[in-house]
Order: sequence, then structure tokens, then C-alpha cells
Amino acid sequence: MIRDITLGQYYPGESWVHRLDSRVKIIATLLFIVELFIVDNFPGFAVAAAALGIVIAVSKVPLSYIMRGLKPIILILCFTFALNMFMIDGTVLWQWGFLKITEEGLRKAVFMAIRLVLLLIGSSMLTLCTRPLALTDGIERLLSPLKRIGVPAHEIAMMMSIALRFIPTLLEETDKIMKAQQARGADFETGNLLHRAKSLVPILVPLFVSAFRIAQDLAMAMESRCYRGGENRTRMHELKLSGRDYAAIAMMIGFLALMIAESVLV
Amino acid sequence: MEKENIIAIEDISFSYQREEDEKRKNAVDHVTLHFEKGSFTAILGKNGSGKSTLAKHLNGLLVPGEGIVYVGGFDTREEEHIWDVRQTAGMVFQNPDNQLVSAIVEDDVAFGPENLGVDPKEIRRRVDQSLEAVNMGQFRKKPPHLLSGGQKQRIAIAGVVAMKPKCIIFDEPTAMLDPKGRQEIMEIIRQLHEEGITVILITHFMEEAAAAERVIVMNDGKVLLDGTPADVFSQRELLQSVNLDIPLAVEIAQMLREKGIDVPEKIISTEEMVEYLCQYR
Amino acid sequence: MSIQVKNLTHIYEPGLPTESVALEDVSFEIQDGEMVGIIGHTGSGKSTLLQHLNGLLKPTSGQIIVGDTDITARGVSMVEIRKRVGLVFQYPEYQLFEETVALDVAFGPKNLGLSEEEIDERVREALELVGLDYEEIAPRSPFELSGGQKRRVALAGVIAMRPEVLILDEPTAGLDPKAHKDVLKMIEEVHRRTGNITILVSHNMADIARLCDHILVIDSGKLVTSGTPEEVFSQKEKLEEVGLALPPVTQFAETLRERGLPLSPTILSTQQAVEEIYEYLTSEGNVSI
Repeated sequence: MIRDITLGQYYPGESWVHRLDSRVKIIATLLFIVELFIVDNFPGFAVAAAALGIVIAVSKVPLSYIMRGLKPIILILCFTFALNMFMIDGTVLWQWGFLKITEEGLRKAVFMAIRLVLLLIGSSMLTLCTRPLALTDGIERLLSPLKRIGVPAHEIAMMMSIALRFIPTLLEETDKIMKAQQARGADFETGNLLHRAKSLVPILVPLFVSAFRIAQDLAMAMESRCYRGGENRTRMHELKLSGRDYAAIAMMIGFLALMIAESVLV
Repeated sequence: MEKENIIAIEDISFSYQREEDEKRKNAVDHVTLHFEKGSFTAILGKNGSGKSTLAKHLNGLLVPGEGIVYVGGFDTREEEHIWDVRQTAGMVFQNPDNQLVSAIVEDDVAFGPENLGVDPKEIRRRVDQSLEAVNMGQFRKKPPHLLSGGQKQRIAIAGVVAMKPKCIIFDEPTAMLDPKGRQEIMEIIRQLHEEGITVILITHFMEEAAAAERVIVMNDGKVLLDGTPADVFSQRELLQSVNLDIPLAVEIAQMLREKGIDVPEKIISTEEMVEYLCQYR
Repeated sequence: MSIQVKNLTHIYEPGLPTESVALEDVSFEIQDGEMVGIIGHTGSGKSTLLQHLNGLLKPTSGQIIVGDTDITARGVSMVEIRKRVGLVFQYPEYQLFEETVALDVAFGPKNLGLSEEEIDERVREALELVGLDYEEIAPRSPFELSGGQKRRVALAGVIAMRPEVLILDEPTAGLDPKAHKDVLKMIEEVHRRTGNITILVSHNMADIARLCDHILVIDSGKLVTSGTPEEVFSQKEKLEEVGLALPPVTQFAETLRERGLPLSPTILSTQQAVEEIYEYLTSEGNVSI
């Protein structure tokens, strides 16, 4: 179950989207997210969804694979939906005691849900179609102008790429520890909140111990492979903008213009 | 003519405790060893014998409290040469999970050469070559967490090979693997040695040590035995006194000798024992 | 007490494209007081099987009956299963979490809802069984012990639950020769003193051949063969097919037999091999003493 999480995972491929420069994809994703928050009507979302749909189709990542990544956040989705639906005042559609559903609330709830789903799919497309190292490379290059004002661009990127590498390892470790403690009679499923919080201690302590052990081993392995920060480092995958990147940038600008026009006009 | 030494350890001592500590004990205690270029040495010893501490001195992860370690002619204490030292002597560690840096196999192999500032085209070439050398070419786009322990360990070896070291130190590379993974790794180590790389293998498996040209047994931070596998494994009592196993053939030879049969001392592998016994057929 | 596993099948993610059959129609029986070995290469389905025996996984179909309880039935309490079946995972020292050894070993018994005195008594007994000195070790932090000691403490944590069936998944993985021997000796001792059923998973064929009364061979989720060590290790070809080797001494004797030496088939101990070789060398006047 715990291994199903596709959020942050890479889906190997050779598609047009995969081969785009990571910097272009990062900026495109950021723009897409910004646009999602500018838009507040259904046609706008439809355009955004269509654009995302085209990207997914071109990327050749199976839709079912992307959807699997949404599973873990269904709970959050329902929670925000309910919160929006019940908490916003306006024309009452239905009421039962203090619970009421308003037209505005329902509208807002639906918008928020669409926004969240598009946001998650959009950002997972970035990680699904970009090799983790290309992603962190891209972030490093995009941040590097900020090095002059003391932003540790290389270190941030390295931390992220290590996190990407070890998330699955730590999830596996968590799974193992949970099972081991369950075999010793630990119960994570029943009891009140306090009891459940307490029952996490037997998982968290060994997990931290593991994480520190991994960190120590990894630091040693990196040092012995001559890692000494970002100075004088070269890269196997060079980042160079090609024709397709410029085409993507043009499309991005077009999309941006369309969205702004749409939100102004409608 | 004497062969050139790639690593020279001159009377080194090392302790994890601080000097003012009363219970201070040396993890490595006045050790002098020389490793010839192109040789294959196994270092044996139980946990806490100092073998891993010694290994970490061979590429400058630790520097001796006393004495000097020379790697490829460089003193490991000189900070300006530490990267030369580490490029000369690469290291593969025990836990296959905890030494891979990248979420994609080929990027991980590229990590070392990238740190060395190698030209991108050359890195590509080295990565492909190294992955072929460990038979992992078809896995180059895979994330490491989907591989078996033995496969991960092969990637770790490829990552070191891509740095073109003259010497590779293997610190118990098979301790966490199943028999199949263990065999694969030993096969690769043998190959690398044949290609001219100096191999130093830290292990507690006898059969693995028997594959080496030279075996060093460590105990209590000191060198207890140093010689050819035949020399070392014939010291049964000494080995057993420091809680090490002895190879099956040596054990059988010993039991036959106790019954009065004069089995030659030079027999240490089961193949040799089979040949010896079959001559009477 | 006996264990009966009947037509056990487990499918991961049934119905999804990633569906995979981890166990297929596995049936076997384990008698009271037996030491049983399970062998099979990594990914053969061994761990899936172990987790079923402890109720951590529920079968897709089939039954597991421990003593007189069907632990796969609906509504069986987990506490009930874990009182009977103890499972020690690989590298169990990574599950230690308490401030002191005594508290860590007490974790299991506490979860069984036992009284303070009972828990205390069991902790003492378990630490003594695994060969640790209670007075010296109990108040210490489990994190400052040596690797071998940590593993013993982790084993004590399961033994303190007094399971009638003790399952050990590669209990000696990663240990040096001395610790390896010590831990096996300890397992034998616990088995002898408690008379429990012990199920041992290991890649070390020599250990399996020496310790077990009965061996199960698993490959691709199926029970390939089972029997006494003699029966199982006499099937060299079958074992090789599923990527398993004979114990080194058995392999050695087998090679000698192939070369024409008159040794008995399936020799499992070094002692026996040496005696037969000696017999051969002297009886035919091959070697003068």
C-alpha cells in the first residue's frame, strides 16, 4: 500500500515532454499553478484541464498511474471540500441544524477541489516526466543567480535529490518497522487519539535511528566519491535549450495570455 | 625487482577515544602493511578487530593518530591531496542501500566523475562502460529501490569504477547479501582484479578470502597473520582462537590428520581436497 | 499443538494490472515440537508465507490452523494469534525503541495485557534465555549495546511473549562467525527448553541441514518439495533448478561420489564425511598409517 504513492516519483520515458529542458518544465509548472489561482470560473478550468490533458497525452504516462498518486490525498480533498461547502455563507440550498449548504459554498468547494486536483496532477507531471537529478539541476540553475545574495543553490538542490532518492527507502523501512511492532502486539488501528499518538513512538524512534544511520553512511560514501560541494562539478546531462524548448516556451506564453484574457473577459 | 606499492601503511595507530580518556584503546595498533600494485588482498577479522577502521584509513576517510598512510604516493594527512587519494583508492561499503546517492541508476554512477569535473561526454562513456562491466547495462534507467541487494551493490561498484581508481577497497560488500548476490559480487571483484585493479577485500567469510592472493588476519587492532591463503588457513588453532571459521577442506584435513592420515598442509580448497582424495582411486 | 496450512494462496493487488501471485496453493503440516526450515531464494514468497502465519497478512484463499484455532477465520483476535505465534523479522535490532532493555523486552508482553509481575518475570526469563545477564543489561539503553547483543535483546522481545510457535527470518544475517554461532546455539537452547515449534528461514544450508527436523522448499510462491534434510538434500537437481545449493559438505561428498568414491548418498555432517573418507582410505589399503 505504502509503495503506491507516485507523488514525486519519476516515470521513465522518451517523450517530447520528457526531453524538454527541466528549467522550462519547472517554470511552466509554476506558471500553471499561478494560473490555477487566477482562474475562478468553469470555462477557465476547462481550458487548464484541456492543456494538462494534452501534456499527459504527449508524455505517454498512463492516466491510471497518475491517478494512483492521488489516492493518498483523497482524505485531504474530502476535508477541504466539506470545509468549503459548510463554512461559507450565502443563499441556503439545504439546512439541517447548524449544518447548511449554500450555493456560494458549493461553488467554492467544487472550485477548490478542481484546483487541488489540477494542481496535484500538474505538479506530479513535472516529477513524473523529469529525471530527479535533472529536476534538481534545473532548480539549481534557476536559483544560481541568487547565489550572489547568499542562497545556497547547489546545497538546496543536493538536499532535494537525496530526499527523492531516500523517500522510497524510508517508506519501506517504515513498513518493516510497523510490521515488526505489530508482530509484537502493537495496535495502530484502535483507541482514542492520544492512544494512537502514543502508539507511534515504537515506529518513530527506530525510524529516526535508521534515518541517522543512513545519513551517516551516505555522507561517508559521498565523501569517498570525492563530493566537495558544487565547485568545479560537471554534469553528465548538460542543460541546453533546443528548438523544442523554445516551442514549449512559446506555447506557455500563449497559454498564459489565453488564461489572462479569459479571466478578464468572462 | 620489487614491485611498486600502491598503498603503504607505516606504523599507524588510531583510537576513537580522545587522548585524555583513561580507557583509551587503539582500534588500530601499530600496523605496518604494504600493498603491491595489482595485488588482491583479503583482510579477515571478527567485528571489532579493527579491520574496518583500517579500511577507512586507506582512502583518507580517517587519518592516523600516529604513523603515515601513503596512497599512490600521497600522504593522506595532506588536505591538498585528499581528492587524489580518494580517486586513487575507491571504496565500496557494506550496506547497498545507504551508498547510492541518486534516484536513477546511471545518474548515481555519474556522481563520482561529476565530482571530479570530468567532461560530460567522457562521463557518459565511463558510465556506460562501468555499467557494462558489472552487467547492469539494462537497468541504467531504473530507480535503485526496485533492485535487489546484489544489484544495488553492483551499481555501487560501477560508481567507483567510473572514477577510474587504481585500487578499490571493499568493506564487507557481501555481508548483507543472499548467496546469489554474494556470488555475483565475488565474480565482479575477481574480474576487476584480472583487469589490473588492486583489490583489498575486507570480509568475515573464509571462502571469499580464499579467492585472494594474500590474506591478512586482524585481531585487537593488530596484524595477527599475513601470508598466502595456504599459509594463513593452515594456522587453524590461531584462527579458531580469534573466533574465525576455517574453510571446509581445512577442517576435513584436520579431522583426517587426527585419525592419523597425513594430509598435506597445502590443501585449503575443496577442489584440492577432491583431487587429493581421488588420487587413491 | 500443530500447524496446518491448507491450500494457502495470496495475491497482491488482485484485479489491478500490477496483480501478482505471491503464494499459490501451499499446503503443509508442522508437528508439535519440530524445528522446521524454510528455504528459497530472495523473492520466492518466503516472507509472504511467514507474515500469514503471524496474521499480518490475510490469505486470498486457504486456511491456517494453529493448535485448534483457525487464525484465518473472521473475527479471530490478533492478540490471540500473537500469543501463539511469535515472528522475528530480519535485522530485528532495528525495531528497538525503548529507553532501557527491560522496557523494550516488556513491550510485547505489555501489549498482551499481562500484569506487572507477570511481565517482569517474563522479561527476566527471556533475557536469561537469550544468554544475557539481567542485572547487567536490563537497565541499559539498547542503543549502546553491540550488534550481537542488540539482536539478542530483539529476540528476547518476542520470546517474552512465550509463543508456542517461534518464527525467525534469517536470524543470523549480517553477523560475524562468532555471533552467528552464538545466536544459533541460543535458538537451539530456547527450542530445547520451551519445546515450542521453531520455524527457521535461512540461506545457510549447512545450518538448516544441521538444525532442522523438516524442511520446506519454496519457489515462485509454490511449495516445491518438503521432507527431512536427507530427503530434501538428496534432490540436488531439483534444488539447483530453483537456485538453491546443497550444504557445502554434502556438495563435497557428492563430488567425491561422482568421481567414484564409495560414500553414502546425502552426507549431511562433516563428521560423517570424514569417517567415510577415512574408512575408504584405510579399508582398501590405499593409505598406510
